[in-house]
Amino acid sequence: MARPVEALPVPIAAARSTQPGWATTFARFVRRKPLGAAGGAIMLVMVLTAIFAPWLQTHDPIATNAAYTLGQPSADHWLGTDHLGRDIYSRIVHGAWVSLLVGLGSTLLGSVLGGIIGLLSGYIGGKTDLITQRFLDILQGLPLLVLALVMSASLGPSIRNVIIAISIPIIPRAARVIRASVLSIREMQYVEAARALGVQHLRVAFRHILPNTVGPFIVLCTAQLGSAILVEATLSFLGMGVPEPYPSWGRMLSVSAAEYAQKAPHLVLFPGLAISLAVFGSNLLGDALRDTLDPRLRGSR
Amino acid sequence: MKSYVAQRLGIAVLTLVGMSIVIFLLLRLAPGDIVDILFSTAGYVNESEKQAIMKELGLDRPYWVQYVEWMRQIFVGDLGKSYRYDIPAWDVIRPLLPVTIELAILSLLVAVVLGVPTGVISAVRQDTTLDYVMRVLSLAGLAMPSFWLGMVIILGMVTWLGWIPPLTYVKPTENFRAHAIQFALPALAVGYRSSALIMRITRSALLEVMREDYIRTAWAKGQSERVVIWRHALKNSILPVVTVIGIEFAFLIGGLVVTETVFNLPGVARFLVQAILWRDYPIVQNLVMFIAIVVILSNLTVDMLYGVLDPRVRYG
Repeated sequence: MARPVEALPVPIAAARSTQPGWATTFARFVRRKPLGAAGGAIMLVMVLTAIFAPWLQTHDPIATNAAYTLGQPSADHWLGTDHLGRDIYSRIVHGAWVSLLVGLGSTLLGSVLGGIIGLLSGYIGGKTDLITQRFLDILQGLPLLVLALVMSASLGPSIRNVIIAISIPIIPRAARVIRASVLSIREMQYVEAARALGVQHLRVAFRHILPNTVGPFIVLCTAQLGSAILVEATLSFLGMGVPEPYPSWGRMLSVSAAEYAQKAPHLVLFPGLAISLAVFGSNLLGDALRDTLDPRLRGSR
Repeated sequence: MKSYVAQRLGIAVLTLVGMSIVIFLLLRLAPGDIVDILFSTAGYVNESEKQAIMKELGLDRPYWVQYVEWMRQIFVGDLGKSYRYDIPAWDVIRPLLPVTIELAILSLLVAVVLGVPTGVISAVRQDTTLDYVMRVLSLAGLAMPSFWLGMVIILGMVTWLGWIPPLTYVKPTENFRAHAIQFALPALAVGYRSSALIMRITRSALLEVMREDYIRTAWAKGQSERVVIWRHALKNSILPVVTVIGIEFAFLIGGLVVTETVFNLPGVARFLVQAILWRDYPIVQNLVMFIAIVVILSNLTVDMLYGVLDPRVRYG
């Protein structure tokens, strides 16, 4: 029954030439979304800081110095020292790594798990979909921070557990977004064609539908990254996040909290600025990517 | 309408039951319970004594028995006994409630009063310097952790005004002025963050409505800017704004956990952290359930408000 496939009437080279290269796309993104590009630049600096932290540090970030506690910013200690005499600049540089690891890790874990749930729920539809949606309602009904707090406490303090704790509240949000786009893709003719050719359901879902949800998926991830970084900082601030000896921006604030703030304001200012900048950058980038990749969501959130 | 409300209430109850199971299991899966924590502070473990305490607290029973018991207690209106304080959980929670409720309402007020007008101005003056300044301010609000903002506010007060905000809780009946100041600062810190989101939604919703034909008609009739924007346009762009306010109320409660800690206010949220650390199940379970109920009620209220705000919305 199989008929030989004939060559396409449109020459492939001609069809390709309308697709701009990635360099052009990038240049256009920078020109049209200067704020988004700025956000991207902030994130790039953060990634580089995290990778090259051991070379950027001026002191050992976990070495204490009893002779020089609560030191003011100086030529030796650029951003001063904390109550144990640890160098704040070096701790912030290493904190970028912790913040990114937990932020990216939990966002990816939550989005991938949620994405798979959303894909299957949307593709299968019917009762399965209904039950899954109700279950996601349950997870989404709790404030993100409260759920992460209970999760983190029940899992115990470690970087891996903090990542899991923050990823759980992201799952329902990711599932919703992916499900919505699967619902519309499912009705497309090429999906019908694939089914008619006898392709198995799972293969249709993962090979034909999944690749087309990449746009919303990227948007989702960048949108969640900022809040994941913020939740990590908050959990660590409360003493339920990343444990010692890792330098976490959130915990740097908690230790210094009320006690030393008056004597050494730099203890409070710099880690908070680092958190704000990171979240600011990922929000800017997320907004711009959303406008570019998913025009339907423009303006929401 | 009536059947719709009934249906929504039914789903709400089912969701709450589901939440109670999730919370219950999460807490039980946690390594260590109150007995372990008690013994770890004492420094030794006496096995028979441990069993006795477990039995006394009912922790030796199977999970499902404990769960059914908890559900029974909620229906009877008895929340069980706090493991740590050995007094009824309700007596521990009750004095904390007014603090959190007052702070939540004040913060929401700050968020709406700041967010809606700035959103309107930003939309009306789209792409002017004013618009850009407001948008950057709102993005900054979303980026700053509210607990850090709170710390910076306190620090600024101390450094520039030489004035330390009252850091122990003052009752409104004792000294109303001190009480008001004490609550205004955290409400500002939390409210600013929420206002950022409300501002963005107001702006985008209004921008969309401003392009509609009936708005052009209103302009053509020569009506003043004030009437066109506040009476014609805002009315039709309020639905998404109300939705976000509802969602924000849920977020706000999460944000209060840290804000109450920073400002040393004896509220529910700050206490939740303590109770989680102590594995004080009756307190944690009921507090989280309380938060869940507030969230679900606020969502329900928002849905019901749709019909009031927009007569075109019909409940099927």
